[in-house]
Amino acid sequence: MESILTFDSLLFTVVVKVLVIVAFFLVAALVVGYLEHKVMGHMQDRTGPMEAGLGPVKHGVGQLVADGAKFIQKEDIIPRSADRWVFAIAPGVALVPTLMILVVIPFGPGVWAENLDLGLFFALAASGVTVIGVLMAGWASANKFSLMGAIRDAAQLIAYELPLVLAGAAVALQAGTLSLVEIVERQNELVLFDTIPVWYGVPQVIGFGLFFVAAMAELNRPPFDMPIADSEIIAGHMTEYTGLRYAFFMLSEYAGMVVLSALAVVLFLGGWYPWPGADLPDGAWGAVIGTVTTIAKTVILAMVMTWARATFPRLREDQLQRMAWTILIPLALAQIVVIAIVIVVLP
Amino acid sequence: MPTAPKIGLLKGLGLTLKTALTPATTQQYPHVKPDLPPRTRGVIALMEENCTVCFQCARECPDWCIYIDSHKLTVPPKEPGGRSRTRNQLDRFAIDFALCMYCGICVEVCPFDALFWSPEFEYSEHRIADLTHEMDQLREWMDTVPPPPPLEVGAAMPKEVQDGQRAAAKAVEEAAEAARAAAEAAAQAEAAAQPAAEPAPDFDQETYDRLLAEGKSERVAKAKAKKAAAKQRSAAGGQPGGSASPQADDGGSGSPQAGAQAAAAAEPAAEPAPEFDQETYDRLLAEGKSERVAAAKAKAAAAKRRRQASEGSEGDQ
Repeated sequence: MESILTFDSLLFTVVVKVLVIVAFFLVAALVVGYLEHKVMGHMQDRTGPMEAGLGPVKHGVGQLVADGAKFIQKEDIIPRSADRWVFAIAPGVALVPTLMILVVIPFGPGVWAENLDLGLFFALAASGVTVIGVLMAGWASANKFSLMGAIRDAAQLIAYELPLVLAGAAVALQAGTLSLVEIVERQNELVLFDTIPVWYGVPQVIGFGLFFVAAMAELNRPPFDMPIADSEIIAGHMTEYTGLRYAFFMLSEYAGMVVLSALAVVLFLGGWYPWPGADLPDGAWGAVIGTVTTIAKTVILAMVMTWARATFPRLREDQLQRMAWTILIPLALAQIVVIAIVIVVLP
Repeated sequence: MPTAPKIGLLKGLGLTLKTALTPATTQQYPHVKPDLPPRTRGVIALMEENCTVCFQCARECPDWCIYIDSHKLTVPPKEPGGRSRTRNQLDRFAIDFALCMYCGICVEVCPFDALFWSPEFEYSEHRIADLTHEMDQLREWMDTVPPPPPLEVGAAMPKEVQDGQRAAAKAVEEAAEAARAAAEAAAQAEAAAQPAAEPAPDFDQETYDRLLAEGKSERVAKAKAKKAAAKQRSAAGGQPGGSASPQADDGGSGSPQAGAQAAAAAEPAAEPAPEFDQETYDRLLAEGKSERVAAAKAKAAAAKRRRQASEGSEGDQ
């Protein structure tokens, strides 16, 4: 199946795909950021933003737009002893990988930019590049807090990338493919005990949990936000950043929430299918229903991340590392072994 | 070793979810005015009529944010021939709310209820100098001071109300007492005049006999009898006269001499007491003093005589 964004002219196709992806990236980050403001507010017995609005619609829907306008007006400060060039491009390096993952994520039948055979591999590999930007920012800032934050972030990424990759690998093992589109299709065909159609999230519930926790840790989302713990190292690698560059880091966090949630939806929650074993109509309607379904599931998962953020206190650095190395990684390894055995034993 | 995650993790998620589903308690302030309790410390209002410029508020203010200016004003006497008085006239009373820390000590310390708390709080300004509220502005805040909240059931009344109630009750009682005492004094004055003719018994024969019969020594019996007699006398004469007729008191003195005096005093009690010593008046006029001086001195002499008479009766006892 071809992507619906494919046209005869290659150049036109590329431009359209890039524009759509960037537009989705920005809008999704703003929407999820706004929802996080509201949901977390209500979880703390507040209302969240109420004033900034878009036209007659209030309830703070324009809050993040206003925030963006504010960030643009801020002075762009680069510390005197900073490594100017590295300091300047670090936010971009942190942001682009998130954008790249979006290229391979399928939102509906035909609604994707690229259907790579190595889609899952590409997505997981790209998600690991973000830490390069973080390390660049931390080192180039010439600030001890920035450096400590960056080092913690790198350590955290190494620790949590493993369970993330292993959980993804288990899905690839069960689906027999690395293409994300294929994974969604195979997932919909899975029927447990020849009666109950389920998604991979049911047989691989442990893998789903591992993937979700590891994704939160990769994004430095609370309760795994030790690298940017404001009470001890100010804002970690973002300490010296202001204005738009700082906004880029924030954007990559919210966009990361969307992208990794969407990846979890594709891997474990049936992608664009509204229920297990569902059959979507061909053509435009199928694409629309599929896209809406995927986005709805993605937003729900992102809100669960916010829910965890509003509930759990921050893990200490040693607890963070111990949790990854003594719990998540052994669990992920055990799970992949079990899945492998089951795949071989059951035809 | 890390402990396994327990049910508390899920309980925490449940709590945040429950909170998210219950409406927030936030009041959307600029759109919804807060419902403030009447004793909220918003702004300090001044009732300038009550201010006596005693400076207590300005002195007690921890950050010296109250400015008071005044001058002395001479008030003409109320009655012709009286003395003219001075009074403090308030010229300026200002509170600098940029300095004020809302401790409320000035409101507490004001002895004349000139300062009040008002719950108004929206008086921010663009210039810090505008936060110094002058007398007229402080007076305007007075209109926003809410009435004091009703007392709880069974609570004690405020001290000033209690004082007022007590004073009122006392005034009623005193009026009744005075009326009674006046009636009594009139009766007693007559009664006192009679026993004063014969010497008052110094010695209670009855008590003496009874104690002797009881086997007490003669000395003890005599002493007790004397005492009993004294007691009887004081019971007869020592009635509270009140302010209604001070002279009636004299009727109670027990000794024969005092009795005689009491008789003398009881007589003038019926007719007005001599306020004017005619003898002195005549003498002074003869000496060539002016009529006014003579009259004044005659009055003084009469007063002195009266005083001596009452002192003499006390000295005898």
